[in-house]
Amino acid sequence: MSRKRNRPAKSGLKVTRRTFAAGMAATGIVAGIAPFNIVRAQAAALKVGVLLPRSGFQAGIGQDCQRGVEITPALLKDLGLPSLSIMNADTETNVEVARARAEKLINDGAQLLIGAFDSGQTTALAQVTEQKGIPLVINIASATQITEQGYKFVVRNFPTAPMLLNDELNSQKEIFALAGVAPKTAVFMHVNDLFGTQMSQGFHAMMPKYDLPYTIADEISYDPAARDLSVEVTKAKATNAEIIIVVGRLNDSMLITRELIKQRWTPQAILAMGPGWYDNPYTKTLGKMSDGPISLVPWYDPNKKLSQMLEAAMAKTFPDFNLNTNHVFTFEALLVAADAYKRAGSTDPKALMEALHATNITDNATVGPGIKFDANGQNTGVKCSAVQNRGGKQVTVAPKEAANAKLEWPMKPYQDRA
Amino acid sequence: MTFDVYLNVAVAGVMTGLVYGLMALGLSVIFGVVRIVNFAHGEMMSIAMYIAVVLFSALHLDPLVMLVPIAAVMFAFGYALQAGLINPFITRPEHSQFLLVVALAIIIVNALLIIFGPDAQTVQTSYAYDSFQVGPLIVDATKLYAAAAAIVFTVALFAFFRFSLIGTAIRACADNYTGALVVGLNVNRLYALTFGIGAACVGAAGTMMTLIIDVTPIVGPTYTLLAFVIVITGGLGSMPGALLGGILIGLTEAMAGLLFTPSAKSMFSFAILVLVLLLRPQGILGRRLA
Repeated sequence: MSRKRNRPAKSGLKVTRRTFAAGMAATGIVAGIAPFNIVRAQAAALKVGVLLPRSGFQAGIGQDCQRGVEITPALLKDLGLPSLSIMNADTETNVEVARARAEKLINDGAQLLIGAFDSGQTTALAQVTEQKGIPLVINIASATQITEQGYKFVVRNFPTAPMLLNDELNSQKEIFALAGVAPKTAVFMHVNDLFGTQMSQGFHAMMPKYDLPYTIADEISYDPAARDLSVEVTKAKATNAEIIIVVGRLNDSMLITRELIKQRWTPQAILAMGPGWYDNPYTKTLGKMSDGPISLVPWYDPNKKLSQMLEAAMAKTFPDFNLNTNHVFTFEALLVAADAYKRAGSTDPKALMEALHATNITDNATVGPGIKFDANGQNTGVKCSAVQNRGGKQVTVAPKEAANAKLEWPMKPYQDRA
Repeated sequence: MTFDVYLNVAVAGVMTGLVYGLMALGLSVIFGVVRIVNFAHGEMMSIAMYIAVVLFSALHLDPLVMLVPIAAVMFAFGYALQAGLINPFITRPEHSQFLLVVALAIIIVNALLIIFGPDAQTVQTSYAYDSFQVGPLIVDATKLYAAAAAIVFTVALFAFFRFSLIGTAIRACADNYTGALVVGLNVNRLYALTFGIGAACVGAAGTMMTLIIDVTPIVGPTYTLLAFVIVITGGLGSMPGALLGGILIGLTEAMAGLLFTPSAKSMFSFAILVLVLLLRPQGILGRRLA
């Protein structure tokens, strides 16, 4: 006996034993592959938006920070860290542009932001990332309030203004001790922006506690976008101060130096509490005239292994540029992001933030015990160095544990360098 | 502070002001004749600055030597710009003219940014750090050369407008547009010549400015604003007024920087502008409009 298998034809889906078996097999294949999909998602590169002032009057420094970004992928690979998908954006040295670009990067899929060199622009980024719930790793910016107003999505591996000042004033004492001098007078010059005015306020507030040998003969503030600082230098020269203490940036460091030469004044020392004086365009443009100034800045420890790796990477990729703060702190911000992503195993902002707060990198490049964030997201262990321009390069003269050269004091007169 | 300090600052301010004056002179010439307010003035200066930088870095040609050739190139640029782009807008409403030159300014800034990048570029001449000492007075050599070249260029321009036939014809166009047409002057060609002369002025000023400041694509808008402050103070359309305005603003900024706080020195130049607008709206040497 045989059963009749023929069934009336129906329109639509027709499930037979064959199609059922094929469906089950397909399900099995999909199910079998699914775990690999999950693994692949975890290994996908974290999308990191890097915001820097690559045009505008901070363009020189912003582009220098960008060099730190360029050398990072190969180093992360060497360190066994996950790769990052970098999304670059230019803040145009403008707070409002920085805010707009940050929003755009997040809308375009950035899962973590890094930036933005300048305190004003970084404050704008922090407001955006807090609002959107996306982590922000600050590369360089010192305005204290960024990490002290309860933001939950910000970490900073760079000293705050009071930390900078504390270290810089201690470094000054160390330098005077190394040189065996006690200058009696100083002229204090600074840019008239958020960074400059905060540093000025902090400097005056903290100075009495440090028992420094000098008094401030005059304080001269100037426009950060100034094209001519001849009047400022004439005013400074008129004080007959023994040393210049300056808080500025690249543009004004070059203008001040040119005016010092033209006005035939070489102070005993230029102590720079900020960027500009160690930057590559400064040494490259001014040549022999760039030698002598001492920058009291967060710097890399030339004796650390990672610093040597960074120096080698810079020499390979950008042979005309010396490794400096801009490269190192931008690299370390990316290092922190990659390290947190590796531990979080996810691109979820909360998981990333938890991992960022749990960061503990001991074999880093900058001076200090390593990278670790407090409850506010601030690395309180970052230390400053005293770095002197010598022969077109920078050498570390203090602190003793990170030094690789002896201090030269006083500066060689500009007129004798022809 | 001693008298020496005041003297040094005043001399530096006057020298910088002379170069500012030459730059503003171009703006004043263009407005005085063509009646176009050139909002791309600083940007045109930045073109001349980049030409000077490129010639120096590629061929080591000193900006002072290249002053006249660059001014000639800028003259050709200005002539072509007026003849090809601006002349059709002469009879159009002022807001159309305004938008045209603002668009031109934006195009120039961004083109320079694309070509040269945002980094500051500099002309490092052998005398870049030189200065002359006369008793207590220390004079910056580059500023002195730039100021001297500004004086020579300005005198030549005055002579051209006063004594040459074309200069007289241009002044006739400025005085009476319809009258100039009636007597058969080729007004469009004279307008193009005038715009060319204005561009040559700003070209010469830009070439000299490379001795004093670093060049970036965004340098233009700052100097457009400065040129407006100067010509409005001196008198829009008045050539001696532009030079006087330049010296006045240069000196004011320098002395304000010395006597008050340097970071607020631009505040004083704008204060002078406000005072002039209140007390003498046509500018110090400007003619009152009917």
